[in-house]
Amino acid sequence: MFGFGFLMVPLYDLICEVTGLNGKTGRLDAAEAAAIYEPDYNRKIRVEFSVSVNGKDAWEFGSAVPSMMVSPGESYTTNFVAKNLSDAAVIGQAIPSVAPSNASLYFHKTECFCFNEQKFEGNELKEMPVTFVIDPKLPPSVDVITLSYTFFNKS
Amino acid sequence: MSKLRQALALFAAGFAGIVNAESLDAVPLNMPVGVTEISRSVYGLHMTIFWVCVVIGILVFGVMAYSIFAHRKSRGVTPATFHESHTVEMIWTAVPFLILVVLAVPAAKTLVAMEDSSDSELTIKITGYQWKWHYDYLDHDVAFFSSLNAEHNAARQLNSPTAGDIPSMETYLKDVDNELVIPVGKKVRFLHTSDDVIHSWWVPALALKKDAIPGYINTNWAKVEEPGVYRGKCAELCGRDHGFMPVVVRAVPQEEFDAWLVEQKGGNVAAGGTDTAVDEAPATAEEAVVEEAAPAAADDKDALMAKGQTIYNNVCAGCHQVTGAGLPGAFPAITGSAVATGDKAGHIALILNGVAGSAMSSYAWMPDEDIAAVLTYQRNGLGNSVGDVVTAADVAAAR
Amino acid sequence: MSAVDTHHDEHHAPPASSIKRWLFTTNHKDLGTLYLWFALIMFFIGGAMALIIRLELFQPGLQFVDPSFFNQMTTMHALIMIFGAVMPAFVGLANWMVPMMIGAPDMALPRMNNWSFWIMPAAIGLLLSTLFMESGGPAGGWTMYPPLVLQGGDSFAFFIFSVHFMGISSIMGSINIVATILNMRAPGMTLLKMPLFVWTWLITAFLLIAVIPVLAGAVTMLLTDRFFGTSFFNAAGGGDPVLYQHIFWFFGHPEVYILILPAFGVISEIIPTFARKRLFGYASMVYATASIAFLSFIVWAHHMFTVGMPLAGELFFMFSTMMIAVPTGVKVFNWIATMWRGAMTFETPMLFALGFVVMFTIGGFSGLMLAITPADIQYHDSYFVVAHFHYVLVPGAIYSLMAAAYYWLPKWTGHMYDEKLGQWHFWLSTIFVNLLFFPMHFVGLAGMPRRIPDYNLQFADMNALASVGAFGFGFTQILFVYIIVKAVRGGEKATDQVWDGADGLEWTVPSPAPYHTFDTPPDVK
Repeated sequence: MFGFGFLMVPLYDLICEVTGLNGKTGRLDAAEAAAIYEPDYNRKIRVEFSVSVNGKDAWEFGSAVPSMMVSPGESYTTNFVAKNLSDAAVIGQAIPSVAPSNASLYFHKTECFCFNEQKFEGNELKEMPVTFVIDPKLPPSVDVITLSYTFFNKS
Repeated sequence: MSKLRQALALFAAGFAGIVNAESLDAVPLNMPVGVTEISRSVYGLHMTIFWVCVVIGILVFGVMAYSIFAHRKSRGVTPATFHESHTVEMIWTAVPFLILVVLAVPAAKTLVAMEDSSDSELTIKITGYQWKWHYDYLDHDVAFFSSLNAEHNAARQLNSPTAGDIPSMETYLKDVDNELVIPVGKKVRFLHTSDDVIHSWWVPALALKKDAIPGYINTNWAKVEEPGVYRGKCAELCGRDHGFMPVVVRAVPQEEFDAWLVEQKGGNVAAGGTDTAVDEAPATAEEAVVEEAAPAAADDKDALMAKGQTIYNNVCAGCHQVTGAGLPGAFPAITGSAVATGDKAGHIALILNGVAGSAMSSYAWMPDEDIAAVLTYQRNGLGNSVGDVVTAADVAAAR
Repeated sequence: MSAVDTHHDEHHAPPASSIKRWLFTTNHKDLGTLYLWFALIMFFIGGAMALIIRLELFQPGLQFVDPSFFNQMTTMHALIMIFGAVMPAFVGLANWMVPMMIGAPDMALPRMNNWSFWIMPAAIGLLLSTLFMESGGPAGGWTMYPPLVLQGGDSFAFFIFSVHFMGISSIMGSINIVATILNMRAPGMTLLKMPLFVWTWLITAFLLIAVIPVLAGAVTMLLTDRFFGTSFFNAAGGGDPVLYQHIFWFFGHPEVYILILPAFGVISEIIPTFARKRLFGYASMVYATASIAFLSFIVWAHHMFTVGMPLAGELFFMFSTMMIAVPTGVKVFNWIATMWRGAMTFETPMLFALGFVVMFTIGGFSGLMLAITPADIQYHDSYFVVAHFHYVLVPGAIYSLMAAAYYWLPKWTGHMYDEKLGQWHFWLSTIFVNLLFFPMHFVGLAGMPRRIPDYNLQFADMNALASVGAFGFGFTQILFVYIIVKAVRGGEKATDQVWDGADGLEWTVPSPAPYHTFDTPPDVK
């Protein structure tokens, strides 16, 4: 059972992936997404972007637009901007999260700066793109999805 | 119900003889009915299950009491010998099961309604900090911190000189400097996250409680029907001052809300209500400082000291104590500290950068004027007498 | 100890009391006694912490302690009471009574028995020592939620190791109990003839073996997160703080049944004795205990309804939690059916048992209320929850322990306890315990969160009442110690059967029970 305690870590990740339990979002290949989803232009969903910097670190972090109207099945790209306000080089990692929880299963990113750690030179400003697609099977009760990124200092 | 409540309270009160009966009218002893459709159905569920329990309790304890009275050896009874009955066992397994199924249906319905956050008209991101809240109106570019009312914060310190005022503070520990303002009749979505540890944003009258988890985002919503001030607390243990981060939600008509938003965007950050019961001045001390910090007055040492003290008591005293003595082993003293009595630049740098690996985080988010005031107070108050003055320009230069 | 002489040769006399005897003993009765005294001392240490909490909460404002010390007190009170008082007390009862109830000469693994006891004082000592360290004791609540718990100072490592040690002790004790019950029963003592106390302990021991390692895993992950840079629960490294809560409560919910199932066993022994009537529905009691144990593995997330679970999860955990009311209800009904048309007398053990049935059921009712998810979201982390779990643990688990102590004291010491004082102890405890915990329902519903050192004036009256109750209850327990010491030292001689309705192997041996019992297995009809 001691091993089982540790087994619960990958198990939990698996359950989260299957059910969208903790709002971690799915990752999908762009070509694959284009192949499997039929865009549904009659439906409009508002995607909100929320940004946070953890622990009052010297970062500036924002999204290019506060929100966008999208249709499920279609790929969209938006930009996030982060600036290192200190003179020293730092490594940041953005952690994504999606609300409401029943939407996270249907929200897929084909390209995201959150897939990797980001290195910033002193005072460097970076523009970072995110490309995402929403599964048309998204439950009809969801009309707003919030995509949140929290920037953590990893250095 | 209120009769029962009062009877219970009176019974308890008479028992200890501590409380006088008149004061009980003011004491709420039950869950608030609340001001949203959801809160009313939650209250309904709460009372339904309560009465179900009362009825079952009366039956079970009644049978037990009768048995205790009638089947006692002193009455000369001979014990029966039965000790099994499948029929009876089946009945008292099945009946509770059916009662539970009946209860589960309305509970599930309410739960489904609670989770449906579609058609919202306003989104507010709430971030928990140790130990204050940050509110961000995502669509309106308005954001501010909300922390415990400064007067209350001073009174709640251990051995506080103003502790004697607590009985006269009607909203003791339930008031903040900047209230969260929302429009009535609109579905407002709340996004919850945290900067450090797990917090939980709880407002009973809105039947809202959601954990704020660092790195993750949670959501719930409310459609408040009546204008008013609704108070709540942080519900998840979040460290030393967990008990001191209240939530105040002011629901106002849409026009008033729009006016408030304009006022916020206009740079006047004195948030909160128009008719707060408490003394306005210290409640919005931080902002007041910004407004009053005209260049001519900014360098005035006495004014700086006074402002600095208010900010200190509000922001720093939570750890470093009102006296500046700190808490040995946990939070260093300001009084006589090498930093606070040493080089000005070092002192400013510490506030701006924080101390890595400790509870002292960066306070770079505070306006220059505020940092200048609080540093001047730390260097010349709290038993220190360095004699110099930190100006906003010093702080700006150090950034 | 003259009673021993009249019945048996010197082979049965315990060795003279010395440090060596108690340190190296492998005798189940000696170890049972050690466990019980240890638990009693911890009950007072944990109780003193509770009184510090209630002292600070007596009125609004901070008068006595700093909030961070207050948090250390709430955390330590829970840890000491759960791991230091209630669990060792039940293990002590199992040590004393299980071999005697199943006709075994001793526990199956006597040396391990010695080990599992002597780890306890070391573990608790380690835990208490953190209070004197520079960074203070653990202050993040007994649930140890990250990231808060990771903010603790270096005493954190000591605290984690002490949890490990307590876990090792519990696992060894449980293995021993399982081995004893499965292998050492007297001929003819089939599983379905075992006294219910033995049954509940068998199931409890399996629960312990299943979940304590999960706790050990969770706290080990905390340790490596804190000191070795792993990110199990740190969002920045791809972890999730909520994962910890899932792992913890996967341990934590069975744990609360570990604290209450042996209590069910004790009550199921006492009520038939004093009703002079066989336990009603023995088989259904066994099945109910087993179903509660099974259900305890699939309800854990009801402690986490506010963390943001998907709707399906909330519904599942609501339904499964409500189901627990069914087997628990069966138990209460069976006890009442046992009393029905019996010939009851009301000696102190029976009074505590009846107090248990009534007040545990009140705690069960608030538990049922807590199962309703939408309402739970309001109750969660409020004083309503504090009232709920104290009702099931204090007039629940602790009352059953007191009932057990009075019930078996004559068998342990050979002397009757002072019945009059015992009745006083019961009535004072019962009045004060309700004064202590009942008002907490009200303040919780009205909006008072748990684990706060200070509150608004609106909660003042009820908190003052609770504090008065706390001090009354606390000081009443000094009477309990006095009664025990008095019975150990002397008093009216107890007969072998002690209670005229008592039935079972433990009542066939002399009082006090000789040092070695059932060297030759008894005949079980």
